[in-house]
Amino acid sequence: MAIPDTIPVLGVPWSDFLFVVFAFFMIVAALLVVVLRDIIRAGLAMIVSFGALAGLYVLLGAPFIAGAQVLVYIGAISVLILFAIMLTQSKAGPASLVFQTQAVPAAIAAVVLGFVLSLGILATDWGEVAEVIETATDELARLLFDEYVLAFEVVSVLLLAAVIGGVFLARHEEREQT
Amino acid sequence: MSNSLDAYLILSAILFSIGTFGFLARRNAISMLMSIELMLNAVNLAIVAFGAFVPDLAGDAAVIALMVMAVAAAEATVGLAIVIAIFRNRRTPLVDEYDSLRR
Repeated sequence: MAIPDTIPVLGVPWSDFLFVVFAFFMIVAALLVVVLRDIIRAGLAMIVSFGALAGLYVLLGAPFIAGAQVLVYIGAISVLILFAIMLTQSKAGPASLVFQTQAVPAAIAAVVLGFVLSLGILATDWGEVAEVIETATDELARLLFDEYVLAFEVVSVLLLAAVIGGVFLARHEEREQT
Repeated sequence: MSNSLDAYLILSAILFSIGTFGFLARRNAISMLMSIELMLNAVNLAIVAFGAFVPDLAGDAAVIALMVMAVAAAEATVGLAIVIAIFRNRRTPLVDEYDSLRR
């Protein structure tokens, strides 16, 4: 059974509908990340935001990037952050003050930044086409291991250095009683 | 709507602004790191959107997005290790209590 191009009752294309749904979930979850008092819940909202972003990548015709997003962000970084939250949370529970004293100027700065960025986006002609260009996974693999192989190797060395540095920094030091 | 570059770029700008606000306003160091992740995700969304709509960038954008993801993973590792190391010394994750240089 083939799915029709548009949603039966509304007459809206599926891609537009999914775009709105994913965008809504991504923005709302991101807002929850920055305003929630309980930091564990903020971390879970961050996972929702990353998942919705993976959906947007699929809409953009980049399924491999979407898969990498799920693996790297939802699978690795979110779990790392949740572990760090559990390691650093004090028994007293969430802090009574979530925001610093500079929260209001920060909000104004963020709104102005978003406004200026949007103005710049709308005022610029990007030379775009009106159709999503799909990125095939085999083409991406050929680019990654042929044209960009040096960058690939540099990134792998960087990851190795980051892992060693992270272990070194978080290591429990057996220091003498001073 | 899903076939216009501007919609994706504005979405990315909104996500970046939210991340900026979180980084500037939150007190908890891990919340600040999560906001940085949001900002990196916004940049990645912009990169992939450019790759999907500008023909000259079609394949390259996906490669760059993968590189950004790898660098973000490295940044998260080192950042969280630093937060845990500071927490071990100071017993608090709140950045405005790291004030020993100011007293």
